[in-house]
Formats: sequence, C-alpha cells, structure tokens
Amino acid sequence: MSTNLQTPKIKVRGLKKAFGNKVVLDGLDIDVMPGESVVIIGGSGTGKSVLLKCILGIIHPDAGSIEIDGEEVTRMSSRERERVMRKFGMLFQGGALFDSLRVWENVSFGLVQAQGMDRVQAKDIAIRKLAAVGLGPEVGELLPAELSGGMQKRVALARAIATEPDIILFDEPTTGLDPIMSDVINDLIVDCVKQLGATTLSITHDLASARKIAHRIAMIYNGKIIWSGPVSKIDYTGNAYVDQFIHGRAEGPIKVEVGAISDPLPGSRR
Amino acid sequence: MNFVAAIGRLLISFFQAVGRIAMFTGLALFHSLRPPFYPRLILRQMIDIGYYSLPVVGLTAIFTGMVLALQSYSGFARFSAESAVATVVVISITRELGPVLAALMVAGRIGASMAAEIGTMRVTEQIDALTTLSTNPYKYLVMPRLLAGLAMMPVLVLVADIIGVFGGYIIGVNKLGFNPAAYLKSTFEYLEFKDVFSGLVKASVFGFIITLMGCYHGYHSQRGAQGVGTATINAVVSALILILVFNYMITELFFAR
Ligand SMILES: Nc1ncnc2c1ncn2[C@@H]1O[C@H](COP(=O)(O)OP(=O)(O)OP(=O)(O)O)[C@@H](O)[C@H]1O
Ligand SMILES: [Mg+2]
Repeated sequence: MSTNLQTPKIKVRGLKKAFGNKVVLDGLDIDVMPGESVVIIGGSGTGKSVLLKCILGIIHPDAGSIEIDGEEVTRMSSRERERVMRKFGMLFQGGALFDSLRVWENVSFGLVQAQGMDRVQAKDIAIRKLAAVGLGPEVGELLPAELSGGMQKRVALARAIATEPDIILFDEPTTGLDPIMSDVINDLIVDCVKQLGATTLSITHDLASARKIAHRIAMIYNGKIIWSGPVSKIDYTGNAYVDQFIHGRAEGPIKVEVGAISDPLPGSRR
Repeated sequence: MNFVAAIGRLLISFFQAVGRIAMFTGLALFHSLRPPFYPRLILRQMIDIGYYSLPVVGLTAIFTGMVLALQSYSGFARFSAESAVATVVVISITRELGPVLAALMVAGRIGASMAAEIGTMRVTEQIDALTTLSTNPYKYLVMPRLLAGLAMMPVLVLVADIIGVFGGYIIGVNKLGFNPAAYLKSTFEYLEFKDVFSGLVKASVFGFIITLMGCYHGYHSQRGAQGVGTATINAVVSALILILVFNYMITELFFAR
C-alpha cells in the first residue's frame, strides 16, 4: 500500500512534552504514509490527544521534530503554519463545535471562511455531509446545544471532513455512539481514505473500530510508541502490553493505580 | 527582607502582566490590518455594545443628571450661585460622569460577557478548532470586539450626555423653578466643544479597554468552569481599574495647564 521510498505525510521524531513535571510524551516516533490509515491505541491519559494537538501546532512540544509532507513545522512562522493547516481536518475529542453558530454553519465553516465559498453553496454541501453522518437536513438549523452528545460528535465529524482535507485526525470518532452508528462512522472513515485518498490518524479505545479502519495500529505507553504493526498482527504481537490492552485485563504489565472503594477516606473518623 | 522580596515578586508579576497584555494588543492590531475582515461579526458586536447597553446606560445617565441638578442647586444656594446649575450639570456630564459611568456599566455588561464567551470557547477547544479551520482567532474573535468597543462607546456616551442633561433639565424646570428657556440657554452658553470632545475621546479609550480586557482574560482562561469564572472577574476588575487610571490621564492631557 505504501513504500518506504515515499515521503511520509506525517513524520514525528523524538517528540517530548511535559506539563510541569508531568512527562506526557517522552521521545515519541511515528510515521504515517500517504493514503494510510493509522490508529493509535493506549490507556486514558497517556497523551494521545496531546500528540494530535502537537501535530496541529495547538500545543508546542518541548523537543522533537514534526514533518508534514517533508516540511518541518515546529519552527514555522504562524503564517506558514496557516498554509500547512489547510491540509488538515480535525475531529476534537469533545467536539469543539462553535456554540453560537447553527449546525450547518459549523459544518460549512471551513468552506466559507478558508475557501471563500458562498453561503448558499456551502449550505448545500453541509447538508450532504450531515446526511453522510446520518443526520437529516432539519438538524442543520439547530444549535449545537440542542443536540445529543452522539449527534454533536457526528456533526463535528462532518465538519472535519467537509473541506475534504488531505490529512484527517480523528480523536475518538466513535466514543459515545451506539454500536450501529459506530459502524456507520467506521465506514465513513474508510470511505474518506478509499475515495478521497485522505491520510488519517485516528485515536480510539474501540478495538472493533480500530480493526475496521486501520491499516496499521500503534500503541502508546509511557510517552512512547511501544508497538506498531499491521492490523492483521494485532492478535499475535507477543507484546504483553498490547495483549493486556486489547483483551482489556486489569492484571498485567500495565499498572492502573486505584484505591479500594471501601477504604475509609483519609481523615474520616468512624 | 521577606517583605522586600514580596514587593519584588509583586512588581515582577505586574510587569509580566503588562508585557503579556501589550503583546496581545500588538498581535490583535497586527492581525486586524490584513484581510480577511469579518463585517458581519463587527456589526453583531456593535449592536451588542451600542444597542443592548442603551437601557442601562440611559437609566444611569438620567438619574445622574437629576441628582446633579438637585445637589448643585442646594450646594450653590449657600453662596447664591443657583444660576450656575445648568452649566455645572452639562459640564460634569459631558466631561466626566457621562463617559465614566457609562464605561463602568458597560464594563460590567460587555466585559464580563466577552470574557465568559471567549473563555468558554477556550476551555471547550473552540479556539483550537478555529485555527484548525484556517481561521485566525485574533481576526475572528478579538478584532471585531475591539473595533466595536472603540466605535460604539462614543455613540453610547453621546446619547448618555443628552439623556443626562435632559435629566438635569427635568429637575431644574419642574422642581427647582427654572424657566425652561433660560435653563436651556445657560446649558449651552458656556459649553465648549472641548468638553464634549474630551468625553468622547475618553469613551473611545474606555471602549477599547473594556473589550481588550474581556478578550485578553477570556483568551487566556484557565481550564474548567472555575477558570472561566476567574477570567470574568479579572476582566471586569482590571477594566474598572484601567478606566479610572486612564480617566485621570486623559483629563490631565486635555485640561491641565
Ligand atoms: N493543557 C494541558 N495542561 C496540563 N496538562 C495537560 C494538558 N493537556 C493534557 N494534559 C495532561 O496530559 C496527559 C495526557 O492527556 P491527553 O488528553 O493526551 O490524554 P489521552 O491519551 O487523550 O486520554 P483519553 O483517552 O482519556 O482522552 C493527561 O494527564 C493530562 O492531564
Ligand atoms: Mg484524549
């Protein structure tokens, strides 16, 4: 599907980011080739969203390099950065819909603001993108606050793909959706890659979704990618961390620190 | 020694804040010079500031004018200078009370709502979403608000001036027994262009301060609902302080000899 002679769409090397003294990314490397769909899996709070935000330039990494189509972006001026940004679509984990704008205005935002399309045409496209995520045209007239969580997610998805960007980042596209709708969204992401030739980097906790949309899966742990390989090998990695994660076991090398629920609260007298 | 260190820290954080605000202002102005511009957003902000603030500003102005007439009448009666009431009312309103009181009211209304709105956009990642949709948040969010503040506050204050003088007139004529024509005549007899103009310059500066503080504190809001709350408080309090300071400086600029 891709040869190593091509320039990667996204090439991350030695990426480091700490918040205060909490190290989140610790020398992370990852490549995404053109037309490839890579899925990142990993525990909650391991820095998956932070990685996507570093790639987008929303968070400035402490060290490391990020190349988009062979261009180093970490030291770019804000104007050049804006140019590179036009290649991206992003689905935020929380949706990040503009709550003062109606749904169709949200979906067509990139078309109107960045590409200067007129509003009538943009609305047409917005309605079609909404249909692609299973939402009727009447939803377009609502405000984001009037939607359910799952509907907001789908609107955010429609917004991320509306400009048919080159590279699309999906932060947990199926979280909060019912199983059937999840599968509709999986198909949609697969279509983005197949029909639009987009390169995608997705984050998910949903392994069914990962198996369906990924060409390659990478697992993040302790600020690094500890395993990465084709989706067909995910069940035979021989990696104890990956095994524990995909089988969802509480016991294993990945330690989750929790207190017992019946422990008395510190300082409580009884 | 600890005391000196504390003062030093305070000074440092003060100058850091000044530096950050100056940076923010510079960036906002820099981005506002290059297209795209957003006329629809500018118009919306203008309506929000100019039109929807009218009731509260008008109410403040009319009562201020009325009180001023009453107070100066009873004060000036002590040295039989009651005839100066109309002049005192119009000069105090146009120079000082119109712009300052209107600004204090608008700071509470607009400054707070801007900080809360932009702060919420920050914590819900809407500002990040803007940049990923190739839209500069300084151009899209900050610049329309600054421009609207700069342009609409003078209009608002001009209306406040008129309403305030009218409030004085009502009391002067109906309660203090002035002849209506004579009251109006002495209102305008000693009024200079500079009185009104300096008030409008103040209004414009205050409008800029209020919207700048609203945008700045909202933009740099910390995470969570508490972060937005703090941003709102800071926006209003810093705007109030800056209004008082700049009010003195502009007065000095216009009227000190
Ligand atoms: N702006 C920030 N300031 C401080 N700490 C942050 C910030 N953003 C993220 N973090 C911290 O970085 C860590 C990783 O966060 P991140 O959102 O990337 O997790 P995640 O892997 O996406 O988790 P989840 O699967 O739950 O979404 C967390 O511990 C979080 O507290
Ligand atoms: Mg996340």
